[in-house]
Amino acid sequence: MLELLHYAFIRNALVAGSMVAVVCGAVGFFIIARGLTFAAHALPSIGFSGAAGAVLVGVEPVYGLFAFTIMAALGMGLVGEKARERDTAIAIIMALALGLGFLFLSLYSGYAERVYAILFGSILGISAESVRVTLVAGCLSLALVLVMARPLLFSTADRQTAEARAVPVRFLSLAFLALVAVAISLSIELMGSLLVFTLIVGPPATAARLVKGPFVTVVLSSALGLVYVLVGIWIAALSQSLPVSFVVSALAFLVYMPVRLAAHPRSLREEIHTCTHC
Amino acid sequence: MHSLLGSDIFRNAFVIGSLAALCSSLVGYFLVLRAQAFAAEALTDVSFAGATGAALAGLDPLWGMLGLTALAALALGTLSEKARGRDVEIGMILSAAMGLGLLFLSLYSHHSASHATAGVNVLFGSILSVQTSEIRRVLVCAFVTIVVLSIVSRPLLFSTIDPVVARARGLPTTMLSVTFVMIAASATAIAVLSVGALLAVSLLVAPAAAAICFSRNPVRAILLSALFGLIVVWGGLFISFLGPWRHPPVGFSISTLAAMMFLVARVSTARRRAKVPSSQAHPTLEMRGE
Repeated sequence: MLELLHYAFIRNALVAGSMVAVVCGAVGFFIIARGLTFAAHALPSIGFSGAAGAVLVGVEPVYGLFAFTIMAALGMGLVGEKARERDTAIAIIMALALGLGFLFLSLYSGYAERVYAILFGSILGISAESVRVTLVAGCLSLALVLVMARPLLFSTADRQTAEARAVPVRFLSLAFLALVAVAISLSIELMGSLLVFTLIVGPPATAARLVKGPFVTVVLSSALGLVYVLVGIWIAALSQSLPVSFVVSALAFLVYMPVRLAAHPRSLREEIHTCTHC
Repeated sequence: MHSLLGSDIFRNAFVIGSLAALCSSLVGYFLVLRAQAFAAEALTDVSFAGATGAALAGLDPLWGMLGLTALAALALGTLSEKARGRDVEIGMILSAAMGLGLLFLSLYSHHSASHATAGVNVLFGSILSVQTSEIRRVLVCAFVTIVVLSIVSRPLLFSTIDPVVARARGLPTTMLSVTFVMIAASATAIAVLSVGALLAVSLLVAPAAAAICFSRNPVRAILLSALFGLIVVWGGLFISFLGPWRHPPVGFSISTLAAMMFLVARVSTARRRAKVPSSQAHPTLEMRGE
């Protein structure tokens, strides 16, 4: 069991995975509270087409990933706030981006495995270089979350009052979406663009049903994410055939189900609202 | 050119594509009105798990998709009508299904050498490899979908517009909602067969969303949505088969055309919608209190 640690790629995956789990757990809490779940699902798919495009023109996929997710996040922030219209627009933009990614994939005559790794994620490919990038960008993201946390909670819980108190609501909303884009881009290498979403929604959804108060919820959410990822990498490495992303999504679902069934049948948003108020 | 249009491949693709366009644009009208775009996306990912699971077990992908999406539809249909909190539950179902799909796919690709093609076909559609034997099953499935939808369409519209009054009048709103998601599930399965799990949502949502921009009358909007759906699929097939440039994949042509159609509809009706208070842009919006 511990001899797995002798492999450099496992150590890399564990370090990078821990960082992204903590960041996603923290960011995910705000995503749920702000009703951005669908956006968080769409962003990595859009990132996939950026990465496929980057591979096609011969650039490192990470750059395409960052460029497309950040642009899409800012676009979503500008589209507006009404849930119904936003959901429709997100669905169509997401399919458009995936179609584009498919076109890039079909034009690319080289080694397609590289593009598949972006879709499905892998513990094999994480280099020491990308561990460093993940650690630096992850720490910066966490610092940003800490700085933004109070005004963000305020504007989430009561937008009108926050605006009246001169909190820059619009700017916060855009800055937060950009932060989400960074968190997602960091996690794609490990989790794959199809399942990054699990790390963002699973832990905070479970945490919000277990404890009250935003700070405790964020901490528990990050801790849950950390456990999922570490156990996921360990099981995936032992089995040698299971994808990490599958193990993490299965864990997230299996922990969430009993909590959800046992919890008071109050809507989750209400719970989050009460806990953002205190 | 004529030989291509006369070939079995094109004929099968044309039939499946048209059926997928009809079913998903009809169902899509209600999906968009009920603000269930995210649920539709979840259904496509459940279909992905169903299709890969069926492939692993050696069954027909259509049955795998129908079985698993029907299960998911039971869960999705009983979720509350309110959008708040619903999206988190949908998200959990979606990510569990996607994980299962990836597991099946990775197990399946251990058997066969062609990992890449198996993945691409389910994710991005394999309309060009549809077998003639599959057409009959899809026809039956599409027929049932459209018939059941037309039976429940009136009460469904009522309970979509005003769930509270509908419930007070004794309509079984929860059962309607479960029935509707079941119908949506079979439309999704057909759409996934033609354009793939990742792109199916564009067929389900875009034509209907464009139609709703143009007409407030439900009957007119539904017919318009079906027309838009057919235009998108036929146009996509045409571009991919006869297009001047390197024959882009069908899924790409269809999802791009669908997005263009939505964009054109939004932009060309923007001024009209700006005049009307946004809550009255469609009769149902004002009553849902959004």
